[in-house]
Formats: sequence, structure tokens, C-alpha cells
Amino acid sequence: MNNKITCECGHVNPEGTELCEACGKPLTPQQPGQDNKNESLLNMRYDGSARRSQTYNRTVIDKIWNFFSSVKVGVWLIVITLTASMLGTIFPQEMYIPPGVNPSVHYEDQYGLAGQIYYQLGLHNLYSSWWYMILIALIGISIVIASIDRFVPLHRTLKNQKPKRHERFMRKQRLFGKSPSADTELLKQQLKKRRFNVREEDGHILAEKGRFARWGPYVNHIGLIIFLLGALLRFVPFMYTDDFVWVREGETKVIPSTEGQYYIKNEDFILETYDEDDPRYKEALQQQGGQVPKNYQTNAVIYERKDDATVGTDPELEVLKETHSKVNQPIKFDGYSLYQASFQQNEFSSMTFNLHDTGNEDNVHGTFTIDLSDPQSEYELEDGYRVVINEYFPEYELEDGAPVSKSKYPKNPAFVFEVHPPGDAEPEVSFAGIGRNIDPTNENDYKLGIEDFEMRDVSGLTVKKDHTLPFLGLGGAIFMIGVMQGMYWNHRRIWIHPKDNEVWVAGHTNKNWYGLKKDMERAFNDTGLSVPEDQQEIKAASEKPRAKEDEHGVKHNQQ
Amino acid sequence: MELSTISSNLLYAAFFIYLAAILFFGATVKDKNSGKASKAGKIGITLTVIGFLSQVGYFFTRWVASAHAPVSNLFEYTTFFGMMLVLAFIVIYSIYRLNILGLFTLPVAVLIIAYASMFPREISPLVPSLQTHWLYIHVTTAALGQAILAVSFAAGLLFLIRQIDQSQKSKHTFWLEFVMYIVFSTLGFIIVSSAFSGFGYQVAFQAPIEGEMTAIEYEMPAIAGPHDGELTSSGKMAPWFDAPVWMRGVDAAQKFNTLIWSLLSGLVLYGAVRLILRKRIAASIQPWLKKANPDIIDEVSYRAVTIGFPIFTLGALIFAMIWAQQAWDRFWGWDPKEVWALITWLFYAAFLHLRLSRGWHGTNSAWLAVGGFAIIMFNLIAVNLVISGLHSYA
Ligand code: HEM
Repeated sequence: MNNKITCECGHVNPEGTELCEACGKPLTPQQPGQDNKNESLLNMRYDGSARRSQTYNRTVIDKIWNFFSSVKVGVWLIVITLTASMLGTIFPQEMYIPPGVNPSVHYEDQYGLAGQIYYQLGLHNLYSSWWYMILIALIGISIVIASIDRFVPLHRTLKNQKPKRHERFMRKQRLFGKSPSADTELLKQQLKKRRFNVREEDGHILAEKGRFARWGPYVNHIGLIIFLLGALLRFVPFMYTDDFVWVREGETKVIPSTEGQYYIKNEDFILETYDEDDPRYKEALQQQGGQVPKNYQTNAVIYERKDDATVGTDPELEVLKETHSKVNQPIKFDGYSLYQASFQQNEFSSMTFNLHDTGNEDNVHGTFTIDLSDPQSEYELEDGYRVVINEYFPEYELEDGAPVSKSKYPKNPAFVFEVHPPGDAEPEVSFAGIGRNIDPTNENDYKLGIEDFEMRDVSGLTVKKDHTLPFLGLGGAIFMIGVMQGMYWNHRRIWIHPKDNEVWVAGHTNKNWYGLKKDMERAFNDTGLSVPEDQQEIKAASEKPRAKEDEHGVKHNQQ
Repeated sequence: MELSTISSNLLYAAFFIYLAAILFFGATVKDKNSGKASKAGKIGITLTVIGFLSQVGYFFTRWVASAHAPVSNLFEYTTFFGMMLVLAFIVIYSIYRLNILGLFTLPVAVLIIAYASMFPREISPLVPSLQTHWLYIHVTTAALGQAILAVSFAAGLLFLIRQIDQSQKSKHTFWLEFVMYIVFSTLGFIIVSSAFSGFGYQVAFQAPIEGEMTAIEYEMPAIAGPHDGELTSSGKMAPWFDAPVWMRGVDAAQKFNTLIWSLLSGLVLYGAVRLILRKRIAASIQPWLKKANPDIIDEVSYRAVTIGFPIFTLGALIFAMIWAQQAWDRFWGWDPKEVWALITWLFYAAFLHLRLSRGWHGTNSAWLAVGGFAIIMFNLIAVNLVISGLHSYA
């Protein structure tokens, strides 16, 4: 299976090699009818090394390998993904529509037919759809295979290269020229000064710099793969926690998803807005009209549970930290983060009623306070009066004439009370809430009046634990290193080839030809060498291309 | 003088200095030798640097005046983007010394700055999610990355105008004229907006928004009124037609109307210029660009992408994720602005890979540079104004 190719220079190349790894001689036969002059420039991508994908195409595995290692396929995958991503932004994704609404009606309602189609195609949940994920996975596979396909042979070739190059290799470089003679000592000195690594063999010189830039793409691809794998780790349960907790001011609550180990007490929720008379922002605040929030903050105490959490016993809590959570400043402890995500203001915490005679507010028979998060069923007053709570509506509302509670949160508390006077007299029923006090029979002797109430805020905090972040960070960092390595440095090579009474010069870079020419200009100064001509030039619109070139008048020869 | 006044004066100064620099770069096309010693070119770049310094002055005085880096609303961000574009040009100029590049990059920067100033310019306070140094770090790096990529566009456009065969009609000539038309529409938007706001034009409507009658104000005559809207100011032009139903937001119809004004005024300007020139716009510019070396321009366009891509990745994706993780408890949320940053990034990744293969140098590569810039502008303008999300500044 391994048909090695031995070059005339003696180097043994693997099957599929296009340019001898050592001397660069083109190993594929010259096209008939092509003399040296018209032969196009050498394809220097991957230095003509033997890539698996270009060499084998027999088995199914070969075919799959070849498919994914093609840059063309990679680009198609990227283009398809970016086009799909665009579609997902036409209308909001499901997670951004108002909470509680039914998406199957919302999209049609809001955006008409287009919205309905959008919903039915599943574009409202595009980025978590199976096919979007498959696209990303295919890109990942493609990156891995394409990189392996090129990395190994490219590495081999760059390691084996010799300063002495074949004539055809020299002549078919994009930068190639001849000079009558050269002061090689000065040349070497000047090349070294320009930080070239200079090697010599029988008077042939290879000056090379920035070879490590060639590994940039491979490094950045590794970074991408680590990032993608890190994102995949989210699906491993203990790597990632996402929960939410509402805590009322004054309340201590177990933090969900911490296995009962941590508790939080909300000391105070603070909402600040910008002062509308602040001279700095006055104009803008007037323009925007309304209040602009300045700070959302929860002052909290985090407790750790110290006893072994047996059901039923009161937890033994120890203060872990007293701190606050603001937007952009989450509370952090033991790998968990609590983010200030939401709030509700002005929930009632307690209400104080007094019982007095109907028609005489001064004749009070007692006062009692209801803790709204924990109302008792009965309150004993002075002189044997009792009040029983018959019904409690934390968030009272009339629905079809019947009183109901919209939620279990005391945002608009109302009660049906039974008032028991001393002795065996029949109890009276009355209804009391904020701004209403109803006597259903109109014959009550007693009335319940609201004397006082207390309000409190509620903080909504997201609880997150994300052990995937270090992987994502690592992937991102490696990507950046690789991409800079490949973009901000270039692999530049200059070959000097003595030939009869002349000196031949060729140059190649994977990027930034302008920079290579500048290097040559400076290094060749006073050495008798002239900077070679660029054999690839784009023709102006008005000029007709001379040689047969591709449609845009460019002869190709990158990398 | 108050600091905020000094600040805006410095911005005005920068604007006019850039305009002057364009004139000098324009004069270089007549130089005999495209060479380096051009006097006009020297003045051009000097003015550019002075204008840039003046704008840097604007930036820092505004920073002091507002107590936060001025990159927090559409005006500030877009202006900053213009400033970074000038910086990117200065950097690329210092490598390649191409005067002609100034003639293409600076007008883009000037248009962008003028466009920016059509938005509310008051110093505004920061809402809690913006109160972090990651705001500065993320926004400035992202803007710098986009600006360098925009230089690639300027070079690409220069390449296309220089290279496209104008002797016959083709897809290339059509799309090149389309790009010209968009440039004129931007100019049209700026002219029309400044004119009507100069006159203090206002017209009010009542229209149902989410089922409630809401007052809506336009600052340009209404060509498209709000859907089912009722004109409430007297003596003002009635709308010619209503905006489509699905434009529901309070500002949707008004933005649509502005878009119509921009496109119409662009049409008028483009039409007028073409009538005068009696040629395609690109065809009229082409002769001036003869001296420009297409190889170098192609390389500049590509080089700008190679310089800008890593910076864009760092600013618009990596720093953005760090900030999002802090502010919204998730580093990525598929918010439209984020998605469009990803699209931009994927697009330039495709560009870089295509550039490795045959056939994607020269003209094709230049078209890609134009496409990339279109995506960046879409993210800046359409996503902010139309597809709003968390990031929406306006
Ligand atoms: C979004 C995903 C990707 C990103 C951000 C990315 C990034 C890059 C970058 C920055 C380069 C260097 C280009 C240059 O030096 O001009 C590169 C090179 C390359 N990429 Fe990717 N890439 C991605 C996906 C892919 C895929 C799917 C393939 C599969 C075919 C692929 C194959 C290659 C190859 C073959 C090279 C050239 C390597 C070399 O010159 O030695 N890349 N990539």
C-alpha cells in the first residue's frame, strides 16, 4: 500500500507527495506541452506534502475522511450555520417572549402568518433544535479531521526541508529573480539581523522565520474543539446547575439545588433610581421621561447548614458570609453564584386590625396582627372576643363574582373573618381587605378596621453553578493564542541558489507578501542581489490578461 | 465653558478636520507618481492624525463629564466606532502608505460620525447592567475589531471600483451601483434628519398600541403613518399610507417612515448625480484610480481582515461572554445582538478559509469584504433599531 517516492536528491517521500519534502522538486510529471516558461506557479499549500485525503479514496472511511477534510465542505458548513442563525433572529426566540403566554398562539397573534410559519418551522427554538446542534457538531468533526489531515504531513515536510532546492522549485515560486553575483557573507549577516534563521548547504542558503505561525490554525482549532466540548459538558448533570429562588425581606430560605446545605436570608432589597435633578443627567432623564434605575441590590446573609439534614428538625445554621448581590456583582460561595435577577416590590408582610363597634370606632375590643406569610386560624382578643379566619385570599380578585386569589403571594390580601363576641352569641361574618370592608348581612354589630400594615420586597435570585466555565475559558484562550499566532506572524522563507555565474533568489510567505518584499529589500541592500519580481500580478480592468489565467486574472499560489 | 460643551466642540472640530483631510487625499490622485513623497498626502495624513486627536479629546472630556466611558448609547457607540475606524486607517496607512485608502476610509468614518449624531446626544446615566468595567473593555475592543474589518471594506470597494469592467453591464456593475446608492441613502438620511430637526418639525398621532390609544410623535413628515393612526396635529401633511399591521412597537412605524425618507432621498441624490455624470457612479470614479496598484489593495483588504479578526473575536465574543456571565448569569443567551456577532464572526471565518483556496483573491475577496461590512452595519443599525434585544441601546 505504501508506495514511497524517492526523489532524485535521494529523499524518500510518502505516497502522494507533490513537492519533494527535502529539495522541493515537483514529483508529479510535467504536463506535456508545457515548457518551463508556461508552467504555472507551484501550489505551495502545505508545501506539497502528502495528505491522506488526497492520497487514498478507496474505502468508505477514506470517503468520509476526505469529505470532512475538505475546506470547501468546511466553508459550506459555516455558511449554512450562519444563514440558519440569521433566520432565528427574524422574530424573538421563545425564551424572550413574555412569560406565561402560549407560543403556539403568541407568534401568530403578534406576527400574523409569517409568525405562524416561523413557529411551525420550529425557528422559535432554533438554537436548541437538533439540526442546529448537528450543524455545530459537523463543524467540530470537520475541524478535527481537516486539521489532522494536514498537520502531520505539514510537520514532516517543514522538518525535512533542505536549503538546497531544485531548480524547478525555485523558478516556480511567486517571488523569483536572478542576479549576477552576491556578497553572501553580508547577506547572511543582514538576514540574521532581520531575525531570519539562516541555514547553508553547498553555498545554497535557506533563510526562514516565523515557522511557528504555521501552527496557528491548528492551535486555534484545538481551542475551538475544547470550547465546543466544554459547551457539551453542560449536559452532564453535576457540571451545571440553574435554579431560581424568591426570598422575602426578613425571610430565611433554603437555596434550591444545594442539597439543603445552604440557606439565604434576605436582609433588605434596595432599588435606587437616578435623581431627576442630577445636573449631569438631567437632560437625558427628562427626555426619557420616567425613572431610570440605578441599582438593584439584595443585602443577604448566607448560612451553611451544620447538622446532618434530618427531615423535620430545625436546621442548625452557621453564618457563611454577610454580603450583597447586585447586577454585575453576584454573591459567590462554594462554586455557587447568586445573581440579582428579579424583584417584586411592596408585598404585604403583616396587617393589623382592630375590632370595634359598628358606628363607633372608638369603642375598640382589641387589636391583632396577622403575619401574612403564616396566618393563624384564630386570634384571641380582650374580654373574650375572638376572631377566626374563615378564608384568606393573598392576592384577592373578583372572578365572575366570586372572590379568588390570583397567587399565593400577599400582594392584595383579603379575609373572610368570623367575629365571636364573648358568651355564646352567634358569630358574625365580615369581609375585610385593602380598601374594602363588607358586611354581607348589613346587621353586624362589630366591624374590623385596618389599623396598620407592613410591606416588604421580594428578591428573585438565580442560583448557578457552572463547572464548565473553566473549559470554555481555556478553549477561548487557546483559540486566541492560535489565531494571533497565525495572523500576526507569517512564515517567510528566502532561498538563495548559486547557479553558474548567477545567483537565483526565490521567496515564499504564507501571508503578507508586502512584508516579505520589505524584508528582502533590507536584507539584500548592498549585497548585489535585487528583489525579485512578483510573478503573480492582478491585471487592471483595462488591460487584457496576457497568459491564460482564471476568471479574475489572478494566478494562484497561496500557502 | 462647560466640559460637555468643550467635548462636543472637539467632536465638531474632528469632523471638519476629517473632511479637510479627505480633500487632500483626493488631491493625491492627481500626483504624477503614486509614490510616497506626495505633499498632499502628507498633509492629508497629518490632518487625519490631528482630527483623531481632537476626537480623542472629545472622548475623554465626555468621559469625565458623564462619569462613565462614553460608549453607552447609540450615539456614543457609533461615534466611537467612527473614531476607531480612523485609528485603524492610521495604523494601516503607517504600514502601506496608501493615500488613496484615505480617500475611501475617511468618508466612511465621516458618514458614520454624522449618522451617529442623528441620535439623542444627551449624557445619559447607566442602568445597572452597564455599570461595570467590562462595558468599556468589551465595547471598545469590539468596536476596534469592527473598525479594522471596515478598512477591509474600504479597500475592497476601492479594488472593485478600480477593477470592475465598466465597458459593459454586469452583475458586478449592478451591485457596485447598489453600494453607491446605499451610501447616498445614508447621506440622504443625514440631510433629511438634520433639515427637519432644524425646522423643529413635529407631527403627532394617536394610534392603538397593544390595544391602548397611544400618542406617537414623528420628527419627519409622515409618508407612512402608524397603523390605524389618527393625525392629531393640525396643518401637517397627512400620511400617504399606513405602516403594515405587524409594525406594532411604539416607534416601529416612525422608524419605517424614516427608512422611507432615507431611501427616497438616496434615490433623488443618486439620480441627480447620475444625471450630471451621465455614467455609472463607479465608472466615473474609475479613471481616478488608475495609479492604484490592485495587488497591494487586495493585500491590504485581506491584511485588514487578518488583523481585525482576532481583535473582533476577543472583543465581540470573548469579552462579551465574560460580561454576559457577570451581568445576566449566562455567558451566551442567543439574544439577536449576540447572534449577529456570531454571524459576523462565522462570515469572516469563511472569508479566511476561502482565501486559502483558489479563485478567492481579487474581485471575489473584495466582494466578501463588502458583504462582511454589510453584516457589521446590519448589526449596528438594524439590530439596534429594529430587532431589539437586551443590548438595544436606543
Ligand atoms: C468557525 C469555525 C472555524 C474557525 C473560527 C476557524 C479558524 C481558522 C483560522 C483563523 C484559520 C487560519 C486562516 C489563515 O491563516 O488565513 C484557519 C485555517 C484553517 N482551517 Fe479553520 N476554522 C474554523 C472551521 C474550520 C472547519 C470547519 C474546517 C474544515 C475543513 C477548517 C479547516 C481549516 C484549514 C484546513 C485551515 C488551514 C490550515 C493551514 O493553513 O495550515 N476550519 N481556521
